[in-house]
Amino acid sequence: MLKVENLQVSLEEEDKQILKGLTLEVPAGEVHAIMGPNGSGKSTLSYVLAGRDGYEVTGGSATLDGEDVLEMEPEERAAAGLFLAFQYPVEIPGVGNMTFLRTALNAQRKSRGEEEISAPDFLKLVRSKAKELSIDADMLKRPVNVGFSGGEKKRNEILQMAILEPRMCILDETDSGLDVDAMKLVSQGVNALRDAGRGFLVITHYQRLLDHIKPDVVHIMADGRVVETGGPELALKVENEGYADILASVA
Amino acid sequence: MSRKAELQNAKRLAAEAQLSALPMPVGEANWARDTRAKARARLLDAGAPARRDEYWRYTNPEEFAAPAALADAADIAAEPDPFEAIAAPKIRFINGHLRADLSDPLGQQGLAVAALQPTLQQDISIGAQLFGQLEARGQDMVPRPLAVLNTAVATQGLVIQATGTAVQRVAYQQIGAGIGFVRHLIRVESGAEFTLLESGTPSNSVIEVDLADGAIFHHVRVQVAPDSARATHVFARIAGNAAFKSFTLTADGKLTRNETVIELVGGEASGHIAGAVLAEGDTHTDSTVFVTHDAVNCESRQVFKNVVGGTAKSIFQGKIYVKEGAQKTDGYQISQAVLLNDGAEFSAKPELEIYADDVACSHGSTTGALDPTAMFYLRSRGVPKAEAEALLIAAFADEAIEEIADTELGDIVRNEVAKWMAGRG
Repeated sequence: MLKVENLQVSLEEEDKQILKGLTLEVPAGEVHAIMGPNGSGKSTLSYVLAGRDGYEVTGGSATLDGEDVLEMEPEERAAAGLFLAFQYPVEIPGVGNMTFLRTALNAQRKSRGEEEISAPDFLKLVRSKAKELSIDADMLKRPVNVGFSGGEKKRNEILQMAILEPRMCILDETDSGLDVDAMKLVSQGVNALRDAGRGFLVITHYQRLLDHIKPDVVHIMADGRVVETGGPELALKVENEGYADILASVA
Repeated sequence: MSRKAELQNAKRLAAEAQLSALPMPVGEANWARDTRAKARARLLDAGAPARRDEYWRYTNPEEFAAPAALADAADIAAEPDPFEAIAAPKIRFINGHLRADLSDPLGQQGLAVAALQPTLQQDISIGAQLFGQLEARGQDMVPRPLAVLNTAVATQGLVIQATGTAVQRVAYQQIGAGIGFVRHLIRVESGAEFTLLESGTPSNSVIEVDLADGAIFHHVRVQVAPDSARATHVFARIAGNAAFKSFTLTADGKLTRNETVIELVGGEASGHIAGAVLAEGDTHTDSTVFVTHDAVNCESRQVFKNVVGGTAKSIFQGKIYVKEGAQKTDGYQISQAVLLNDGAEFSAKPELEIYADDVACSHGSTTGALDPTAMFYLRSRGVPKAEAEALLIAAFADEAIEEIADTELGDIVRNEVAKWMAGRG
């Protein structure tokens, strides 16, 4: 499904290379985790795949079901089924959460040639998904992420994912800033979306998220590359031994 | 002749030319004739506005200062009235002429509405008390020659006296792009509440609003794509415990100058002035505000939001002037602009002048592009660029629209903002 090959990316402003030939493939139906020390390029990978400005792709490719996503506008990537749950969800004063969700959903439906969702159907959809994530009516009424706690912001990301039903979900440190209860809620939300037709790329520092969202494959990233790939046991190894030993063994 | 004297002479000659191009009103009562004569003298004294004048640095006064011929009230096609659905008598002007045949009957319970022209021809005290009086006070600190010109020649307009305690509204619509001078005199009596809804923009309009103790006045104005030079002035005198609230939406005004000059003269009074400017193409919008605090415990608030694209220019000049003794003044001013592209311009001139020592006054101004992080977030959820821009623009303008107390009226303005954005394509 998502295929990243020898991807090389620099920061536009600093002319500094961050990704130095990254290769990985997430087939439909699988959950892949990416772990790695700070500065290894994990967040850059997520932003480049979602289409944020400020990065220059100097080599390699990223395709979703064979389509080159790097050539697409961010909204086209979303319509193609790519979703990034942000590490730092953005506050948008003055834009109501419901308006935002409805606009996004309808824009994606429109781009796929589907009809807009009716207002009652939309309400029903949002209410049921929000309930599963313990998101109350007040959070839905407020401007996007404004005044939300860290945990509320992350739950709001998962709510968007549940409503937009993307095929390829990238979660960028969704566990950061979450307490144990919020981590459970968020994980349940993600697990509910696990499906034979959907892929996940879960970026995290810590193994604990992977206790809740069980990965099929774990990649270890360092200095802009995937340096080791293995099963869930690799995450436990990181937890017990830290990155130093693994990095030393591949160096 | 010194350079300064030469300039003043040129301004005087320009004022003379303006006056001589316009018909002098006839058949008026003595008090009105007296006010006209004084206005002519004041105008010649001050001269027409010129680029070197302190408050005309950002806006070229030449188009306003050019002699103009009045347009007639010939029938022209009706224009959509944004306030159509609002329960209020509709009063229509064509090219600045009151058209009773196109208007609802004037006057209702608790509200006296009369045409200006007959008022000026009789000894009607409210006319004598208001006409030219607040305008003249408004010249104290800054010359406003276009308003003086209005006092010298305007015969068309409304005289409104609100006395009822039930909320009263009048919706006034100007149709046609011809030159016209419109003058409204409004007095809201003690304890009364009145709302003036305005759509369309005469080429020169002056509104004088006198608020008695505890009176409440709302003003909501929609100016959509006026295609020639328009100058408006609102002068208000706000007595104790009275509240003045004015909001203006200006969308793509070719050359629009809106001046609001208010004076808080009684304790616990409040004055709120807000504006949303949407400017594309080669348009020029100038919002100029002057708030005078002349009593204790008063509160004033200026909130202006400018969305500027194309090669449009938007200007905000706002002053808070606190007189000696106006203690416990709470003055607030914010002007902000979003520039949609290179070539768009916003200029802000915030001013505070304070002669009391126990006051809280603040002002702020920001200019920038739409937040790129928010844009990316919206687009990453599948919202196309233009739609994401529209959401952020609407949210930005809304901070000014929220200043409108009545949500139904606020929604009418929001609808106009949405239309403008749809028209951007």
